[in-house]
Amino acid sequence: MLSRWQFGVTTVYHFLFVPLTIGMAFATAGFQTAWYRTGREQYLRLTRFVGELFLINFALGVVTGIVQEFQFGMNWSSYSRFVGDIFGAPLAIEGLLAFFLESTFLGLWIFGWDRLGKGVHLATIWIAAVGSAVSAYIILAANAWMQHPVGYEVNQAAGRAELKDFFAVVTNVTALITFPHTIAAAFMTTGALLTGVALWRLLRHRTEDEGAFRAIAKAGATMLLVSGLVVAVTGDMQGKIMTDQQPMKMAAAEALWNTEQPASFSLFTIGTLDGSKDVFSIRVPNVLSFLATGDFNGKVEGINELQAQEVAKYGPGDYTPNTPVTYWTFRLMIGAGALAALAALWFLVGLRKGRVPGRGAVTVAILLPFLPLAANSFAWLFTEVGRQPWIVFGLMPTAAAVSPTSTTAEVLLTLVGFTVLYGALAVVMAGLMVRRVRAGLPEAATDKTFEHEAEQEAAEAELGLGY
Amino acid sequence: MELTTIWFALIAVLWIGYFVLEGFDFGVGMLLPILGRNEPERRAILRTIGPVWDGNEVWVIVAGGATFAAFPEWYATLFSGFYLPLFLILVGLIVRGVGIEYRNKRGAVAWRARWDTLIAISSFLPALLWGVAFANIVAGVPIDAHRNYTGNLFTLLNPFGLLGGATTLLLFLTHGLVFLALKTEGDLRERANRLVTPVGLVTAVVAVAFLAWANVQTGTAISSVVAVVAALCFVGGLAANRVRREGWAFLGSAVTIGLAVVSLFLALFPEVMPSSTDPAFSLTVTNASSTPYTLTIMTVVAVIFTPIVLIYQGWTYWTFRKRVMVQRAKAQP
Repeated sequence: MLSRWQFGVTTVYHFLFVPLTIGMAFATAGFQTAWYRTGREQYLRLTRFVGELFLINFALGVVTGIVQEFQFGMNWSSYSRFVGDIFGAPLAIEGLLAFFLESTFLGLWIFGWDRLGKGVHLATIWIAAVGSAVSAYIILAANAWMQHPVGYEVNQAAGRAELKDFFAVVTNVTALITFPHTIAAAFMTTGALLTGVALWRLLRHRTEDEGAFRAIAKAGATMLLVSGLVVAVTGDMQGKIMTDQQPMKMAAAEALWNTEQPASFSLFTIGTLDGSKDVFSIRVPNVLSFLATGDFNGKVEGINELQAQEVAKYGPGDYTPNTPVTYWTFRLMIGAGALAALAALWFLVGLRKGRVPGRGAVTVAILLPFLPLAANSFAWLFTEVGRQPWIVFGLMPTAAAVSPTSTTAEVLLTLVGFTVLYGALAVVMAGLMVRRVRAGLPEAATDKTFEHEAEQEAAEAELGLGY
Repeated sequence: MELTTIWFALIAVLWIGYFVLEGFDFGVGMLLPILGRNEPERRAILRTIGPVWDGNEVWVIVAGGATFAAFPEWYATLFSGFYLPLFLILVGLIVRGVGIEYRNKRGAVAWRARWDTLIAISSFLPALLWGVAFANIVAGVPIDAHRNYTGNLFTLLNPFGLLGGATTLLLFLTHGLVFLALKTEGDLRERANRLVTPVGLVTAVVAVAFLAWANVQTGTAISSVVAVVAALCFVGGLAANRVRREGWAFLGSAVTIGLAVVSLFLALFPEVMPSSTDPAFSLTVTNASSTPYTLTIMTVVAVIFTPIVLIYQGWTYWTFRKRVMVQRAKAQP
């Protein structure tokens, strides 16, 4: 149980930074490309501004990622023994293909402003960005295998699952559809951060670098809106695949206890905790049928029926995930994402023809970056909690996956240790982000390097990318 | 050659890459508040590893991932068994990484001083604990019939384990000093250069004692020869440093670390985690490995991508081959 909490805490925390890292890498690369093409100083300043926010975030993404790589063995050794033949390969390949690329080329980018040609230097940030996207695909393929195992056979004698078809694992349909969903969510997160930051600057310090912040705000809001659309479309496709592969998760997402045809979708429900009785709910007819099957009159199976089916298939046991958590994370994910997209739309309209959005915009701008972050966390919790009691769907229950060796005291110690450390680092990081934004756009100084600049004056050194 | 042998060798290569590269990062981190007398010097010290430390650290992630993929049983037993040391290593790596990146994001003296201390401590911890871990892997730890580690943290803190920890700690410290002598200029370089000999001699005594003990315990003829060559390279490196050939000195300490890892892995083979409870419970390259199919795929991927990684990491070092200057002009407030 504690191991689950630990994995939950460390992974949700790690996943706060990952989408931002992916999106910010591409955003930085985008602004630098604009500078490379046009030679306009403003784009260089934007590149540096966005790049610095990116790096503050990247540092935490990296160090929390190492924990991810180690804790399968530390807390989940039985899982590691059972799935290592299949699950280990993506992790190793992710490191070899993606992490080396990301970290090495980012190092070149940070320190290479005066050592590399302009074109080569631009290429380094693009390579780092592509590396981050490659890593996302590989790790999602690994997770997709836990959601929907393919290309394997269970070797009873050896007591483990063995890889039979590597290609099937990397082209798992679950991975193929989760990848665009996650990447689009990463762009939403980045768009929201950029929009929030730029609007906050615009509204608080109207005259200072207005053109530049207007450019970021518009780019960010557009990014947020477009990727929001992609998130919605791919999310819908995922819903249908999920209904097919893990019908229980969809039933729990709606807290649908009994099979319905057509099934309605509730926007909001107050019920008894086990969900068996609704006290109050707002329902939209037929929508769940559409979400699950693509047909407004489709049949959606309920928890009770599915529970009976799974008992017949896997033997006696409770195969229902925590329904209130699944139900609410599903709604909060969609709700937070939709709110962010609406805010982007409002800002885009408000920014037309040199205007700025009116009352309340500052508050919304400050809150905006947190919406997709929240949506990401809820989404991750939803897909993992909704899969319970399985760690590998249909193959291995989570309860059988933990390390038999680690004592409760040990797990508690590391759980508290990581939580405290992560909490402290989050405060430090948020502080740095705010400082950076407060400081405004850095000077362009095209002919100087970040490094040299960092040397020049203390005030400037604070803002330098290098050290 | 058997696929399992190839993967045993590849994992050794990954650890060599990690210890040779991150080894000097750890050394530099520990030396930061000691060798750097003022802000410009400290910043120069950090800039020597700035462009490369993150890429160096990826070696351990890949080593862990490759162990998971090629020898799941080894990964599971090792990582669940060495639970608290690994936790401390992780805390060290987290604090260190954040510290290096965040230190210069603010100018406040107290902010920087605090991070400098933290960077030194968090470099010290993994440098020590990796040695403790590897010494215990080679010597064998209590493992039961279910391949679960049955000891606790203090089982690992035995004399041989602690000697192993002291060995990596001192080796990385010397390696870091040599690296700083190679990468800096002027006074800073002088001080680093002068410190190499005394620190290096202590290191040599401890490292030779450790490698000798390890080879007496479980070594073979070849692993012993490799250990002797490692010791000779180290002495050669120290000598090269004395005559200010810092490039050769760095090569010397790098080869020493690499060969020390080779010697330990040779002493270990074909076991990957010997059981001190009963040799029948030991994990070996055969009984801990993945299926031939998985190993084949992994081999194809490794053969294609490892050279590419080496090429672009090499290019990074080439790009930043110049010595780092201590920028004294317009110093800190």
